Amino acid sequence: MSEIPADLKFSQTHEWIELNHDGTASVGVTDHAQQLLGDIVFVEAPEVGSEISIEEPCAVVESVKAASDIYAIVSGTVTETNEELTDAPENINTGPYSDGWIFRVKLSDDTEIDQLMNAEEYAEFVESEEH
Amino acid sequence: MPYIPHTKNDVDEMLQSIGVDSIDALFDEIPKDLIHSDMPKTPHRASELEVNQILSRRATRDGTPLCFAGAGAYEHHIPAAVWQVATRGEFYSAYTPYQAEASQGTLQLIYEYQTMMTSLTGMEVSNASLYDGASGLAESVLMSVRGNRKSKSKRILIAGNVHPTYRKTANTIVKNQNITFEEIAFDNNSGIIDINTLPKDPGDFAALVIAQPNFFGSLEDVDALTNWAHKHKALVVAVVNPMSLALLKAPGHWGEQGADIVCGEGQPFGIPLSSGGPYFGFMCCKQALARQIPGRIVGRTIDLDGKEGFTLTLQAREQHIRRSKATSNICTNQGLMVTAATIYLSIMGFEGIKKTAIASHQNTQKLVDKISAIDGADILFNSSIFHEFVIRLKKPADEVLDRLADKNIAGGVSLSQSFPQLENALLVCVTETKTDEDIALFCHELEAALA
Repeated sequence: MSEIPADLKFSQTHEWIELNHDGTASVGVTDHAQQLLGDIVFVEAPEVGSEISIEEPCAVVESVKAASDIYAIVSGTVTETNEELTDAPENINTGPYSDGWIFRVKLSDDTEIDQLMNAEEYAEFVESEEH
Repeated sequence: MPYIPHTKNDVDEMLQSIGVDSIDALFDEIPKDLIHSDMPKTPHRASELEVNQILSRRATRDGTPLCFAGAGAYEHHIPAAVWQVATRGEFYSAYTPYQAEASQGTLQLIYEYQTMMTSLTGMEVSNASLYDGASGLAESVLMSVRGNRKSKSKRILIAGNVHPTYRKTANTIVKNQNITFEEIAFDNNSGIIDINTLPKDPGDFAALVIAQPNFFGSLEDVDALTNWAHKHKALVVAVVNPMSLALLKAPGHWGEQGADIVCGEGQPFGIPLSSGGPYFGFMCCKQALARQIPGRIVGRTIDLDGKEGFTLTLQAREQHIRRSKATSNICTNQGLMVTAATIYLSIMGFEGIKKTAIASHQNTQKLVDKISAIDGADILFNSSIFHEFVIRLKKPADEVLDRLADKNIAGGVSLSQSFPQLENALLVCVTETKTDEDIALFCHELEAALA
């Protein structure tokens, strides 16, 4: 059973997003996603300052089994990337919702985040995908 | 000789056990209107004897002329041991193995090939080869567009003296991805790119492609060109003759930061000219671009018992895992050619290829010195050269080449098609395989052809 924090929003492509106090939002992959991917060996984060648009691939997470795209679940400008992942990509495995955040983004459309699932909905979605 | 070992009985049994009526039924997913049953342009089958006869007749057509032609494919001495070893049963395959780790010997060979290529080019990563130098350039260009984190441009600046066939091939492969080439003109006196004529504000571009030596055999100011490209946030793609690297500065040390991607034709390392192929392309890059390089990379590791072993690495980017988002569509490489090149390099050693490169350069210089004494032949460019140079003739180059061919001499490559503006230009190469007598004979016959 994977961990799903109650205060985050989730996408059908298994990313999570959390609004920060400074008007930006942090993005990462869910505990469920990191379990499926296996040991993460490399993360290719978007360039700071680049524009990302919703539903477009913007980062790549590579495990020993596969290289998977991370989709932009909101549109905006990338303000920061998690540089610790360069040397410690396994932080995504050990702390997908903490040390494993991938990038921070300044939202260009605040309503996009409302379209995403809450914890309860995401739990149901994961359940339904498994069956 | 049948090439499919299964008898009709074998096939029937197999079909029966999976419950299918016929072989065709296995392909019934393919819509009927897409199936071509009639192939009028395909010649009727021929027997092994007939095929042998056709091919041996064709093979003799080239003859064995005294060869002064280069332009990307070079005649070098190949030690007899190279192909004796390369054609041993253990090595004799065109492919990297499907069950890679079961073939430790092949993986070790590729690992050693990659080690030698990275050390020659001054790069950190090498793949296991590409089809040829020209497709190597195309893949390098695609890689530079993917890998340039500072630019999203699909514009490539390319020196006008990069091999014309490479430029055409690369354009054919990349144009449908909206990647465009813009040529940088070479200087008419030197044949090289004049650093002072480069645009002050070139705009956003993904990479600069330069050749060393360039198509005319001349040496570019690669340090300045590399620094210029990096100053404008572009990557540097180096197209090099690997034999020249025994003498010239490795691309990894060009300018302040070194070239980013290095590619070229591997043929000079132990591959015979054989009418134009098969050859192989090589491709190396900096560590930072390791995840963008197409093809396979072999790594050295230890197994559970602590014993050394070899393994394919960084496979997550390959097409069987990443599908349409794989870094390339390469499904095989020129494994046998790489095997021969690796054996060639291990037999020659660095000292061996250095001697070959020096002897080629010295022989070329001998010919250069004699050309000025010939009436109607002049050295076209005033730049430094490796083992190839351009002669301007007083008659059309194709005509002169025909006259030389009558004397059983392949006198070079005419530039009338690729560089008509140079007028009567002939590209000539001299390698270590030519004796002083050969060079004297060439001069004698060239003089006669021009008279």
